[in-house]
Amino acid sequence: MKANTLKILLHKEISLMKRSPLIPRIIIAMPILVMLIIPLVATFDVKNIDVAVVDNDHSELSRRIAADIDASEYLSITGCYFRYDEALAAVENGTADVILTIPQNYLKDLANGKMPKLDLKANGVNVTKGTLGAQYAAASATGTLRQWQNEQGSATLPATTSVINRYNPTLDFRNYMIPALMVILIIIICGYLPTLNLVNEKEAGTIEAMNVTPVGKFVFVLSKLIPYWIVGLLVVTVGMIIGWAVYGLIPEGNIFLIYLATLLFSLVMSGLGVFVANKSATILQSIFMIFAFIIIFQLMSGLFTPIASMPQWAQYITYAIPPRYFIEIMRAVYLKGSSMADLWQQYAALLGFATLLSIIAAITYKKRA
Amino acid sequence: MKEKEPIISVCNLTKKFGNFTAVDNITFEVGKGEIFGFLGANGAGKTTAIRMLCGLSFPTSGSGTVAGYDIMSQAEEIKRHIGYMSQKFSLYQDLTVWENLKLFSTIYGMTDREIKIKADMVFTTLGMADMRNALVKEIPLGWKQKLAFAAATMHSPDVVFLDEPTGGVDPATRRRFWEMIYQASSQGMTIFVTTHYLDEAEYCHRVSIMVDGHIRALDSPAMLKKQYHAATMDEVFRIIAQGAQRTD
Repeated sequence: MKANTLKILLHKEISLMKRSPLIPRIIIAMPILVMLIIPLVATFDVKNIDVAVVDNDHSELSRRIAADIDASEYLSITGCYFRYDEALAAVENGTADVILTIPQNYLKDLANGKMPKLDLKANGVNVTKGTLGAQYAAASATGTLRQWQNEQGSATLPATTSVINRYNPTLDFRNYMIPALMVILIIIICGYLPTLNLVNEKEAGTIEAMNVTPVGKFVFVLSKLIPYWIVGLLVVTVGMIIGWAVYGLIPEGNIFLIYLATLLFSLVMSGLGVFVANKSATILQSIFMIFAFIIIFQLMSGLFTPIASMPQWAQYITYAIPPRYFIEIMRAVYLKGSSMADLWQQYAALLGFATLLSIIAAITYKKRA
Repeated sequence: MKEKEPIISVCNLTKKFGNFTAVDNITFEVGKGEIFGFLGANGAGKTTAIRMLCGLSFPTSGSGTVAGYDIMSQAEEIKRHIGYMSQKFSLYQDLTVWENLKLFSTIYGMTDREIKIKADMVFTTLGMADMRNALVKEIPLGWKQKLAFAAATMHSPDVVFLDEPTGGVDPATRRRFWEMIYQASSQGMTIFVTTHYLDEAEYCHRVSIMVDGHIRALDSPAMLKKQYHAATMDEVFRIIAQGAQRTD
């Protein structure tokens, strides 16, 4: 009889979901839009860095340094100035990001074996652009110098380091972003929809019709959670298809590991959603509550900023944030091709959270006031 | 129509919300098969009382039984033996007529076969066979109310609670609704009904009138009219409820 009840309740949930004017569109359209647009616009790649050059040397070498900078992919020269003040003014009015100052007699001092110094200053208001801009400009100038010295046959080359980025060789931000976007989609869709669904039943009065029947509350809550397994799997499927079709990104690891993690994490989010709905009387209340969770989840789970760069106390908190494990799994399976043996701890954590939140959702659901 | 054994029996039932006493020490009995009218002005505490009887709300104090089960400790047992239809008629608007009936009947433990037989009967008696696959939100209010009544009684409960079942429809539709009530009652079902229409009170076997959380009168319509020297239940209600402190 319980199985019958669960079956008919699920039938009810799915029918209502399909007939809703909004939900089927959200489930399909939202992943498509997010996956198509966000990887193109949200990037930490810094291109178009404008360099102001103050050339006090006016030598062949100094001109070559400037020309090489202008020729490089990410840098361009916005102007050559005679005085540092003028270059600084260019930074202040926003036309330059980095100032490169070449001292007087630079070439002469270099030839005489002295160690003259180039001076680089970057605008730190936009931290990423400033840091990377200074690095790029320094790298370009160093390259020019090395080539110059090579041509002169003079100097010993300082040892150079070479860096190879494994798993994401071009350090393409998209490869990092696409698995994370799927996580965001599931956080939002599987967090909001069950909440709104249940609070909507409260506002419409149908919840009362249910509470006055002998329906078991565990069965009822289960009927509110299970549909979001399907929703979660759909969302991830749409996401993976776009990741492959548009960005050419295919999971290195087993696709079923991704589905398994999605299943568990959908349960985590819908359990949380039902819990929030149980504690809210109106749609508005529930939206604010779930929003608070989503903000914390997005900012503290390592989605945008690496957990390793958080202060120690914050790193401890992230252990209590379920999407942290889902993101680790998604990135590891997608980019490194990790297996269950590598990730069992993350899966265990997700399973724990899924169980815990489902139980909390069922316990806080009250048939009687 | 005094009954042999009570199916609802309530003693000193009280519900407080903070300092506000919504239901104040009410005591009454309802006999098996009775149509019991539960009247009162807005805010008198009718809905709160019904919610306690149906196991939707915990009583603050007092005791009682419904269908032989204790309202304090056996609420889920009570729910197996009652039907409930509220003023919001609580059907799923985006499910079809058939899906609603099937949903509620299955929850009450009926088998698919039983449901099919019963539903066919309901569709024929109500003359709504052609509405079987219509979404509930698309059918007229009067039909929705009949359907909600059908959904609340398909499983042949001992008692059915109707909380303002006929709000907002014309007298002819209300009349037909009461024919359904009589039919259910004739099959031995006990009907516990609240209403604001005093002509409907005349149809009840016995009527109680609540004022400010108390039951001020309880008797058959004929006896009440005699006691208050009134021609109609409407007059009786006015006399009793005129001292009410709470409005809405």
